Amino acid sequence: MSQLVLDKLKERFTTAIVETHSQHGDDTAVVDPPQWKAICEFLRRDPELDFDLPVDLCGVDYPDRVPRMEVVMHLYSISRGHRIRLKARVGDEDMAGADLDSVTSIWPGMNWLEREVFDMSGVRFRGHPDLRRILMYPEFEGHPLQRTYAADRTQPLVPYRTEAEAGMPIHKLEPFGPDEGMPFGRVRSPRPEDD
Amino acid sequence: MGDVNRSLTLEGSEQGFATTRVDALLGWARKYSLFSYPFVTACCGMEFMALTSPRFDVARFGAEAPRFSPRQSDLLWVVGTISQRQGPVLKRIYEQMMEPKWVFAFGTCASTGGFYDNYTTVPGIDKIIPTDVYIPGCPPRPEAVLDGLMLLQDKIARNERRPGVVKPRFDPVQNVEGLVQLRRSATDPREIVPALREREAKALAPGAPGGMR
Repeated sequence: MSQLVLDKLKERFTTAIVETHSQHGDDTAVVDPPQWKAICEFLRRDPELDFDLPVDLCGVDYPDRVPRMEVVMHLYSISRGHRIRLKARVGDEDMAGADLDSVTSIWPGMNWLEREVFDMSGVRFRGHPDLRRILMYPEFEGHPLQRTYAADRTQPLVPYRTEAEAGMPIHKLEPFGPDEGMPFGRVRSPRPEDD
Repeated sequence: MGDVNRSLTLEGSEQGFATTRVDALLGWARKYSLFSYPFVTACCGMEFMALTSPRFDVARFGAEAPRFSPRQSDLLWVVGTISQRQGPVLKRIYEQMMEPKWVFAFGTCASTGGFYDNYTTVPGIDKIIPTDVYIPGCPPRPEAVLDGLMLLQDKIARNERRPGVVKPRFDPVQNVEGLVQLRRSATDPREIVPALREREAKALAPGAPGGMR
């Protein structure tokens, strides 16, 4: 049953389907980025496929690969009860060319999801009506889910209080240290002032 | 207020009187009339609801009246994770409150950022505003919060502004045998498991007291 979607895709788009994978009803198609919108249009309009529910869209960064950013889309058909996962690989190591056609004209619900992928991963969507950050604030620089974003980099909107202002050391008080019942969280790497 | 410093005649008493200092009297009055501003952002809010409901009844401490305007409140409850985006809002709320004012960091996230050690979370509200009492827990038990409230009342009565931390008086990890410790410095869990197996085997052995038959 589930193979149907992949078969139809391969028959219609042949070379634009770079790779497929199917296991236990879990179908994936890796597609050629320029054909992204045409494939989406087909999946939505074809009466046998009828993917009417855009479930999710996200970006996955593989810094060792070129193209490095993988945009993953999950679709579901309420009427047919089948699913598919579409992937498109975009962007070189500097994220140049990391853009895709927006599919908001096909599924209006993709509007915010594309904004999220833009905000978190830095993929630009051509033809999106309002492509700005959705989770982070406008002052934020960079895209936090790119692997090149430093794990401990923060961009506070309010300058932190200094120790002189607070009249006390600003560090984690007891019992909040890593050895005091708070085992989660990254152990702070030693800094020059620590000695 | 200067005349309060004189000896007071208690109502209904002909001869009795009491003496006090103005600051002590004010502290005593303030500590039983804390008007709260709940700044609730996350799951700790559920525990805050439990705290204000009759079972735990924060009204016993005179702190049950929420004021949803910071201008009318003197105790700011920061309940939950504060994201960087909320930082300016929190600071503004704090600045709108009238003196004297106190701040509660309710739960681990408000106290230190909790396990959110990343680009989006403020690593403890004390990075932005002064904090009086830190209550650990994820979320804290209402008892821990009441403990923190009593700690704050004590601080108010003593006019003490150094921060205080609620500490568990009974740490089950240290008192229950064989409980796997979640701490980094703990015994390796792989060493604990064989001991547990042995104890289990002993309990299951025929004729063991309390064992299965």
